[in-house]
Amino acid sequence: MTGATIIFYLLAALTLVSGLLAVTTRMIFRAAIYLLFCLIGIAGIYFWLQYQFIAAVQIVVYVGGIVVLIIFSIFLTQQAGEKLPKQNLGRQLYSMLAVFCGLALALVQLAQYEFVITDGKPVEPTVANIGKQMLGVDNGGYALPFEIVSILLLAALVGCIVIALKSKTETA
Amino acid sequence: MIQPGLYHILFISAALFFIGVYGFFTRRNLVTMLMSVELILNSVNLNFIAFNKYLWFDKMDGLFFSIFIIAIAAAEAAVAIAIIINLYRSHKSIDVEQAEELRY
Repeated sequence: MTGATIIFYLLAALTLVSGLLAVTTRMIFRAAIYLLFCLIGIAGIYFWLQYQFIAAVQIVVYVGGIVVLIIFSIFLTQQAGEKLPKQNLGRQLYSMLAVFCGLALALVQLAQYEFVITDGKPVEPTVANIGKQMLGVDNGGYALPFEIVSILLLAALVGCIVIALKSKTETA
Repeated sequence: MIQPGLYHILFISAALFFIGVYGFFTRRNLVTMLMSVELILNSVNLNFIAFNKYLWFDKMDGLFFSIFIIAIAAAEAAVAIAIIINLYRSHKSIDVEQAEELRY
């Protein structure tokens, strides 16, 4: 047993435990903080897999962007410190049943499936390689999806502004 | 403890996915439902990265799929939060039971 193995199991435990707490706690602000730790754990797993670029993107976009956005929306819409109402027990039980059945099905399939490993030469996921392929227009380049995503982000930006605008003809 | 490999990461990803599904089923508050959706999206990303690392290490397609999923998830979260805040303004609540009508 090496240090890398111990680190992997620690990261896995951090991710799963904080993920579970994020969906079960009744304090909404704590749920956001548990979500933060869960996302950090996933970024740690990316680091463990030596995909540094995607780990950095995960931390910048999720931990720095989305969680902060969620915390702001909690402050704008919720009395902080107030507990969420108690869940309906029947709904909880049925959801748990459905989730356990789904998880068991997925794990059974996973145990039976034989994965085929490619015999190609490994490509290092360095930033230089990623950049070349991301903006490449030749076979295997991702220039077109890149442009489409940029248009999508622009549309989302405009859409957010339009939705959040206060209407001038306030009738209520 | 065994040396972690592809199956361990796929197990984490499956468990995280169903944790997100559980949260989506049980939560009735729109912000917490959005958090569950983020968990689901993250589990999918983890799957793509694991397959790229262990099975198709001669390409980087899984990595690019993850990058695009992260970009789209950020846009989705921003739009969802704009809608939630607008809903709070008109209904004074972000409980899904109270938001049955889509017009205001």
